[in-house]
Amino acid sequence: MKLILKRLLLALPNLVGVIVVTFVLTRALPGDPAAYFAGAAATPEAVAQVRTQLGLDRPMFEQFLSYVSDLAKGDWGVSLATGQSVISELKGRLPASLELTLFGLVLAVSVAVPLGVLAATRPNSAWDHGVRALTTAGVSLPTFFTGLLLVYVFYYKLGWAPSPSGRIDAFVSSPPTVTGFYIIDSLIAGDFTALWASIKQLILPAGTLALFVLAPLARMTRASMLGVLSSDFIRTARASGLTPMTVLYTYALRNALLPVLTTLGMVFSFLLGSNVLVEKVFAWPGIGSFAIESLVASDYAPVQGFVLSMALLYVLLNLLIDLAYTWLDPRIALEG
Amino acid sequence: MSPETIVHADPRAAANVPPPLLAVDGLSLEFRTRSGVVRALEDVSLSLQKGELLGVVGESGSGKSVFAYAMLGISDAAAKITRGTAVFDGMDLLGATERELREIRGREVSMIFQSPRTSLNPIRKVGHQIEDVLRRHAAVRGQDLRERAIDCLKRVRIPDPARRYEAYPFELSGGMCQRILIALALACQPSLLIADEPTTGLDVTTQAAIMDLIVELAHERQMATLLITHDLAMAAQYCDRIAVMHAGHVVEVGPAQVVLHQPQHPYTARLIASTPHTADSIAAMQPIPGSLPDLRAAKLPPCRYSARCEYRTERCDTEALPVVPIDATHSVRCWRAAA
Repeated sequence: MKLILKRLLLALPNLVGVIVVTFVLTRALPGDPAAYFAGAAATPEAVAQVRTQLGLDRPMFEQFLSYVSDLAKGDWGVSLATGQSVISELKGRLPASLELTLFGLVLAVSVAVPLGVLAATRPNSAWDHGVRALTTAGVSLPTFFTGLLLVYVFYYKLGWAPSPSGRIDAFVSSPPTVTGFYIIDSLIAGDFTALWASIKQLILPAGTLALFVLAPLARMTRASMLGVLSSDFIRTARASGLTPMTVLYTYALRNALLPVLTTLGMVFSFLLGSNVLVEKVFAWPGIGSFAIESLVASDYAPVQGFVLSMALLYVLLNLLIDLAYTWLDPRIALEG
Repeated sequence: MSPETIVHADPRAAANVPPPLLAVDGLSLEFRTRSGVVRALEDVSLSLQKGELLGVVGESGSGKSVFAYAMLGISDAAAKITRGTAVFDGMDLLGATERELREIRGREVSMIFQSPRTSLNPIRKVGHQIEDVLRRHAAVRGQDLRERAIDCLKRVRIPDPARRYEAYPFELSGGMCQRILIALALACQPSLLIADEPTTGLDVTTQAAIMDLIVELAHERQMATLLITHDLAMAAQYCDRIAVMHAGHVVEVGPAQVVLHQPQHPYTARLIASTPHTADSIAAMQPIPGSLPDLRAAKLPPCRYSARCEYRTERCDTEALPVVPIDATHSVRCWRAAA
């Protein structure tokens, strides 16, 4: 508990930094929201009127103060484009993005770790080179391209995947919202048609994300596993006649996973970034595509809200990783 | 085990001596590396009786550890045994499959290492690490497993074993970790223990305590022990017999006190003169001139010590070395003794 509180306190300065930087950056961007929302045919007087209404004519510092005091009250502002509060917009879209990101992350880990182990236990074999080629390809192609390529091959050419049009097939009704995660909600509702339909929609975009982060995860697993396998305690385990399975999993892999966990935190931030483009390609109704639309419209409040929620998410994930660390490595707990 | 695997004809068999527990004959091993073939062991012959303590002494790089790893079949992948036999309790160690060797390791032949702290899994409770070995070799399960593990800790004189069972290696001192390693190695009552520089990295008082413990347990269990060390005086103090290794050759074998007081090989004599225990003063201590020959050289002289030797003659570099028996138990690999 103490550790959790300490970590959260340590994250506060970062969050303050994020708030300041996004506020300044959104104001520094070209584009005038007053002109945008007054419409193309508006007279200069009308634009000025809109600007006064939005409070954009006040000094920047004053605008910042009122933004921060609103934030403190839990008010993240209103989206000018939709007229909805930013909080409710994000709440509706965040589960879609999270489901996609986490599914992609789980997919990436469950492929990358075995690949890394495979490559490490057979260094310089065909497996090792194959893994290297796959991960290099994954990391060197931009996600929107991988996404389009996957859509082209698996939807257009082979017809195995459903059309890239959102979270669930248009003819299947979405499950009643409990968590907002379609997979979990359809399991709760016992609706296997919806479960299958939403998994089918998830596979291509999540696969796109997974391919992108496969490389750092698999490479870290390989390097860390190679290091651990040549360490003294592995020699002891082998000299004790323990079976290769015990040596590899109970002894080597658990130790090798520690640096992989650190990479996981880093990789998660890549995923949050590339999410924005992948959502666009797959018409995914998540916060990434919402953020792009808002950015194009110079709609400040949702953009700030988006960045802030990403930062919060990142802090939370890193907290989880720290907790996993203390669980995996008894040496950490003492220092906590 | 087929009968022809036991190829070793021991001359002592005639004198009613039981066959040795471990008999190594003419063992040669090389490492095939990118920078050439390293001939790490050449024509190594050693034998070990049940319950006997044999010290293998030599400077770093003399092949002591390589020899030990070869016995357990845990050598580096680049290592290749080119000649020789090694028979342990009727089993051909060099011809055995990996699966057969796994059955022996930790059960019949155990090994303890230097740097005990890194030789234990850092993120696993020491008690669980002992249980892993017990579960593997002894048919112990469930609650008994914990009791047996605690019992193993007790037998290496660890105070408060039930509490230590729960400890992680980083919570223990180096000496305590070495005790844990010994407990781990002896968990299944092996008949041979290989101790590879077990006291290196420990402070002096702990060193003595660990050596006393190893010797005491060896006597208690009639366990043969191969003590690998660079410290000839220590080996002489604890071992029955000593084998001196230099650059992959066994240059002299004999009873510990005889080797210490009447060394026959120039290298052994130099080794004794360079040891602080036996020299009277710092000034009397003599370094051994030169260094080990490069074992990658295409043509090594028959005597690998010749370049460093003050008694070098022409035949040292040309004729194959004889193994000269001084008496029934003491032999030396040197032309000078043959003269």
